Amino acid sequence: MADEPQRADDLPQQAQPKESAAELQGEEAPKPLEDSSANLPAEGSKPEEPAAFAAARSGPAGEEIRSITSRERGRINRRELLKMVPIIAVGAFAIPKLQEPLLMDGLALSDWASARLFGRRRLEPTYSNSEVAPFDRFPYNYYDVVDPEVDLARWTLTVEGLVKRPGNYNLQQIQALPQVVQNTRHVCVEGWDVVGNFGGTRASDLLRWLGADLTARYLEVECADEYYESIDMATMLHPQTLFCYEMYGQPLDRGHGAPLRLQMPTKLGYKQAKYLTTVRVTNVLKSGKRGYWEDQGYDWYGGL
Amino acid sequence: MATTASLIETAKPQTITVAYEHPWIVRVAHWLNAVAVFVLITSGLRIFRAFPSFGPKIPQQNFWVPPPGITLGGWLGGALQWHFTFIWIFVGSGLMYVIYQVASGHWRQVLFMPRDIKGVWPMARHYFLFGKKPPVEAAYNPLQKLAYTSTIFFGAVSFLSGLVMYKPVQFWWLTWMLGGFRLARVWHFMAMCGFVAFIPGHLIMVLLHGWNNFYSMITGWKRDPEYLE
Repeated sequence: MADEPQRADDLPQQAQPKESAAELQGEEAPKPLEDSSANLPAEGSKPEEPAAFAAARSGPAGEEIRSITSRERGRINRRELLKMVPIIAVGAFAIPKLQEPLLMDGLALSDWASARLFGRRRLEPTYSNSEVAPFDRFPYNYYDVVDPEVDLARWTLTVEGLVKRPGNYNLQQIQALPQVVQNTRHVCVEGWDVVGNFGGTRASDLLRWLGADLTARYLEVECADEYYESIDMATMLHPQTLFCYEMYGQPLDRGHGAPLRLQMPTKLGYKQAKYLTTVRVTNVLKSGKRGYWEDQGYDWYGGL
Repeated sequence: MATTASLIETAKPQTITVAYEHPWIVRVAHWLNAVAVFVLITSGLRIFRAFPSFGPKIPQQNFWVPPPGITLGGWLGGALQWHFTFIWIFVGSGLMYVIYQVASGHWRQVLFMPRDIKGVWPMARHYFLFGKKPPVEAAYNPLQKLAYTSTIFFGAVSFLSGLVMYKPVQFWWLTWMLGGFRLARVWHFMAMCGFVAFIPGHLIMVLLHGWNNFYSMITGWKRDPEYLE
């Protein structure tokens, strides 16, 4: 190897950085490097690390190569470790006290994005009658009892909150509004889905007829089985959102929420409250009143 | 002469050869992604437990019920919280990595291309059947490129199929492209299997290549890089 001339070339350039190195390392004298592979001229090197710099060369992928003392290596490693702080930040999820608030923040972030993604006029594709699941393959899903034994003859819907015409309304009054029938997909948070045939009153028609404040933020609903929900107004005004009183051309049966339920192809099943008794237009959601499952940890938006 | 040389030898500081292998963006993205993949797989299995099938609800035919011990979240709602939180870290770190690779031009070292196909078998034979080690000419050998490129593919498939499961109506066109809501669950599960296949192989390789190699993914600098031996 033609060591000597190159080493001589290196010397002036090494002497310069070694002055600052001497501050750190005191007694050490400037020395040429022993590693014969590290003897290329150093012109191309960056001046950011003068003390650590010994020689520059490239690996097969253009990696920067240096020959450094163990003290310099320790300093570089400490500095590089500091840059890894974002990883430690994720470790906050392992702290029991912080875990729940952080997960709630994450859920809120996803809900925020969901609301931003929602297209007020974007329709769920509807399905042909041949794609609709047979009625006996449409699951009965409930949190407590399949039939809360609603007295259908005396049932009324109580309307409260920011509406011009609050009061109690019977099913005939709701059915007097134009009927909409649609084949849409019902998606459960568990992961299953089923295409069904639903008939009812368009929610936006009913809310307009009741003189509801359509600029209000939420609709709260209460159910005969003590289930409760709250829905954003944008979803309530979506053209496919129904107050549903029919399935498969028949009056809603008890297990599916007789006499009236919400049916929203843009929401997960747990938002689609059954056995409705009260609806309330409001701008405020009280904590602990956001929804039966939401208050236990499901995301509030629940949108599809 | 000999005395002088030996004097110099004792006074000389010990030097270590190090190579800068992984820029900090890549390192941070790698570890954030590693944590996110772990959380998303374990919480995802908990979510799958709620309906461990790819068919209809009625009649339900279970595909595989993940045992609770390998799941995270405790119940469906808890698992969804982890899933919907760490998806941001997963996508964020994934984009950080991909954008950096494209901007820096380093993607050329990692992306598996058709010309790499012929090099896969010799490398696999070397690793698994004790064959002769093919000469190393590039930063990553063809088998590595295949593995790393696959993870980007699995990441993209799991994100897109997840988006379809999360928002099938808003992304109705993507739902259609992936063959519908139910098929999206199949792609999502298969992408997860891809990660599960990658991880043990990756960890074994890390173990085989020793501490210096592992440490380079933390500090960026690899001590005594193998290509200088």
